[in-house]
Amino acid sequence: MTERQMTCIICPMGCSITVKMEGEEILEISGNTCKRGAAYAEAETRHPERTVTTTMRCQDGQILSVKTDRPIPKSKIMECMDRINRHRAAVPVAIGDILLRDVFGSNVVATENKPSLG
Amino acid sequence: MYDVAIVGAGIVGGMLARALSAYDLKVCVLEKENDVAMGATHANSGIVHAGYDAAEGSLKARLNVRGSRMMQTVAGELGVPYRRNGSLVIGFGEEDECVIRALYARGISNGVKELRILEGEEARTLEPALSDQVSCALYAPTAAIVCPYELAIAAIGNAMDNGVDLLLNFEVRHIDRKEGCYEISSGSADAGTVRARYVVNAAGVHADEIAQMAGDASIRIHPRRGEYLLLDRECGGLVSHTIFRTPSRKGKGILVTPTVDGNVLLGPTSVDMEDKEDYAVTEEGIARILQRAGESVRDIPLRKVITSFCGLRAVGDTGDFILNSPFPGFLNAAGIESPGLTASPAIAEYLVEMLAAQGLEMRRKEDYQPLRKPVYAFRHASMEEKNRMIQEDSAYGRVVCRCETVTEGEIIAAIRSNPPARSLDGIKRRTRAQMGRCQGGFCMPYIMEILARELGIGYEEVVKSGKGSEIAVCRTKDTEKGPEE
Amino acid sequence: MTDLVIIGGGPAGMSAAVAAYESGVRDILILERDEQLGGILQQCIHNGFGLHRFGEELTGPEYAWKYEEQVRELGIPVKYKTMVLSVTPHRTVTATNEEDGIFTIQARAIVLAMGCRERPRGALNIAGTRPAGIYSAGTAQKLVNRKGYLPGKSVVILGSGDIGLIMARRMTLEGAKVKAVCELMPYSGGLARNIEQCLNDFAIPLKLSHTVVEIHGRERIEGVTIAKVDENRKPIAETREYISCDTLLLSVGLIPENELSLQAEVRMDSVTGGAVVDQDRQTSREGIFACGNVLHVHDLVDFVSEEAEIAGRSAAEYIRGSLVPECDIPIETDGKVRYTVPQRITGRKDVTVYFRVADRYRNVRIDILSGEKVIHSVRKPKMAPGEMESIRLKKELFQGAASLKLRLEEPEGTREIQRHKIM
Repeated sequence: MTERQMTCIICPMGCSITVKMEGEEILEISGNTCKRGAAYAEAETRHPERTVTTTMRCQDGQILSVKTDRPIPKSKIMECMDRINRHRAAVPVAIGDILLRDVFGSNVVATENKPSLG
Repeated sequence: MYDVAIVGAGIVGGMLARALSAYDLKVCVLEKENDVAMGATHANSGIVHAGYDAAEGSLKARLNVRGSRMMQTVAGELGVPYRRNGSLVIGFGEEDECVIRALYARGISNGVKELRILEGEEARTLEPALSDQVSCALYAPTAAIVCPYELAIAAIGNAMDNGVDLLLNFEVRHIDRKEGCYEISSGSADAGTVRARYVVNAAGVHADEIAQMAGDASIRIHPRRGEYLLLDRECGGLVSHTIFRTPSRKGKGILVTPTVDGNVLLGPTSVDMEDKEDYAVTEEGIARILQRAGESVRDIPLRKVITSFCGLRAVGDTGDFILNSPFPGFLNAAGIESPGLTASPAIAEYLVEMLAAQGLEMRRKEDYQPLRKPVYAFRHASMEEKNRMIQEDSAYGRVVCRCETVTEGEIIAAIRSNPPARSLDGIKRRTRAQMGRCQGGFCMPYIMEILARELGIGYEEVVKSGKGSEIAVCRTKDTEKGPEE
Repeated sequence: MTDLVIIGGGPAGMSAAVAAYESGVRDILILERDEQLGGILQQCIHNGFGLHRFGEELTGPEYAWKYEEQVRELGIPVKYKTMVLSVTPHRTVTATNEEDGIFTIQARAIVLAMGCRERPRGALNIAGTRPAGIYSAGTAQKLVNRKGYLPGKSVVILGSGDIGLIMARRMTLEGAKVKAVCELMPYSGGLARNIEQCLNDFAIPLKLSHTVVEIHGRERIEGVTIAKVDENRKPIAETREYISCDTLLLSVGLIPENELSLQAEVRMDSVTGGAVVDQDRQTSREGIFACGNVLHVHDLVDFVSEEAEIAGRSAAEYIRGSLVPECDIPIETDGKVRYTVPQRITGRKDVTVYFRVADRYRNVRIDILSGEKVIHSVRKPKMAPGEMESIRLKKELFQGAASLKLRLEEPEGTREIQRHKIM
């Protein structure tokens, strides 16, 4: 049996969760204070995911804040950054606009409004 | 061909440039840094010494007293704040009292006016924050404070307004004596070469090297480290006088003084060095300042330190200022340690006389303007003045630095007027923006934008001080792989 | 005369404006020094905002937009690029901008919502040179997220406050190498989740009980020397270690931005660094209210909004003349509880008391005392200085109370000495 310690990142409580495993099988999750914590611990054990928040350059050179609209595999964060870095958003952009589709199962969306310059 | 080339844009070079700009002469100032007042002038206590320190009959004594008397007028003409706050040399016990009595006698002999020796209690009445241990003090009401770099910036700016050329990033590498002139070259292709009939060496800690280049091996200079701590303006009321320790062989010790801008300055340490470019503050230095200042003054709020910095003073081996001419047309103004700032207008006057004695033709310019163009400081203006400034130029309505209330108009003026600011530190010294309690944390990105716009350069080319001090290392997202479709 | 002047258009100012409007005030003016609303949230492009308020994880700009939309819809006027220069105790506001020049407004009520700023650099007393490459984490955040420039490629961070942690990840994502985060204390002041997702995810070492003792480099930073500190936070010489880097980021805490509050002669709390307020968020000056980070530094923006709504509604009541006069029951603390906001209450209304503790604790009890009598208790499994806590108290509890006290009770011998991973 193996044990894994992790800090839950779902909310600011930051519960310290212990996951007991036998091979691939999760035997017990403890230390969480809510259900979301248990779900996080399970996901973190099997296929850790993160939402990526970053910026994207616009075609006119402005800088735009963006995020993936759902978490992507943690191991793909830098590849995701690479795709975002190479893209240029067309302005104007409204908050929530999809800028890139299907980036590791997620869309990259604008998190702010950006009018065109001048 | 220049009539006079001055090497070094510190307070001595600046005051001399200004003095010469009153005459019909072609003058240039050569400076290796990206701005003026970057050497010993930058980290200086800013004290206008009354004149009791230097030995009777020395150049230091004579030029100190003369400079001290000139300073108020000079500062007034240049629009630089000058405050006659008076100084106290404080003593603890008999040994110090002996020294203080000797200082008093020397001051009288040097011609210092209004000097008085005070008992401990008298001194504390004058300056309530003084330590209870203080047993006596030498009170010099004629001592004053100025901002050293502001004075140098203003002097050079005024000289430039009167026609003097300032060549920044010009590091003198060779000086060749030619027929009737000197050829000064920088070693760098873009800075080039300058010819001048007279050369004045005002190169601070590097004055010995400059003299050597011209063939004069008589000068020895070594740097003496002086570290300082600056307290928030919130503590401005801590002391009103400049408070010196009783001097020892190593100098005047750690002082506590208000500054003209309303901060409190503690320092300097005094450590003899070899490296002329080592501006590092040391842990021991900070500890020593805190200890010694704490002995002089009660309840120094140590948590209100907003910055610490280090300067190098140019110390000669003669004990006096070195003002000489090893060969015709080449003048040294070297070893200008304390009270060099105070003496600087008198040193300039002295050098002008030396130049005239060597045959430099001195014809007064008819259009010489001794008054520097006023620099608008928004924070000091009345409501009416502020509104007039904003009406004339709306950029004065936009406050950029919130800690010191500095407007965009003032920052643009600092970039456009003489000597022009080319860096964040240049803006800071001229306008006080970034000098407040947040130390630029809030306004720096915006000042970078103004600098980039005004200078027509990229954001990533904006420097803190000189080349190599760029703030941003690159633009984000400039990937080598190129944009994705 | 303007009914309500709100100084600052960040999350606190916007929430206060909307709440005041909804309570019937129509003559409102927001004075904002930036060219857009949202304040510091505009550069906080990471997520984690809004879980309490909206039940979803928003980024800073998204959270700000939810309020900006309301301000726009309600037509509340905003003056942008406007700096307030002074506020008098009698509510005269002087401000300046490019269009209007200097102008003064007499306000019936004022909400102070200026936010906070980063602690002046801890680097001040660090030995060494003063080259380019030393920035506060927030300045670096602005350069990267708003200007699109990277301030360095090889980074050491001093201080493990949340902004420092967030910037460790942010700089890494943009291609920089973050070599270490040094924290003077034996624990981080940042949220556990940020240590996990900003440091551990990228294998960035967190060096607890470490500090930067020397800065090297002439024009640009070339490296720093770090050292472990002893129990008295003094560096241990033998542990000095050189790390080459071109950037040092400082994340050594936040302080409320209170120059204007001081001008208004508002009574200040030396622990929070903000004004002393009652439960209506009214300061010691009648008609002057305060909320958000200018009052005390919050860990979550959700609580800023909540607090600002109280201030906005109270300002509206004050303008109407119906604000309940204070009975002034002070709330004291025991040192383990560092402070509370509000610091005094009327005793006539239910109240939520926010507070922070001085150290890390496990399985403790917070007692609320009226005189010597415990009138209420709550158990807390885990408490930390970085996290703001709150307790809801019913007005019935306050009957006959002259003063209240919050006291932290530690069970015998269970004081947590948990050690984080020290690398």
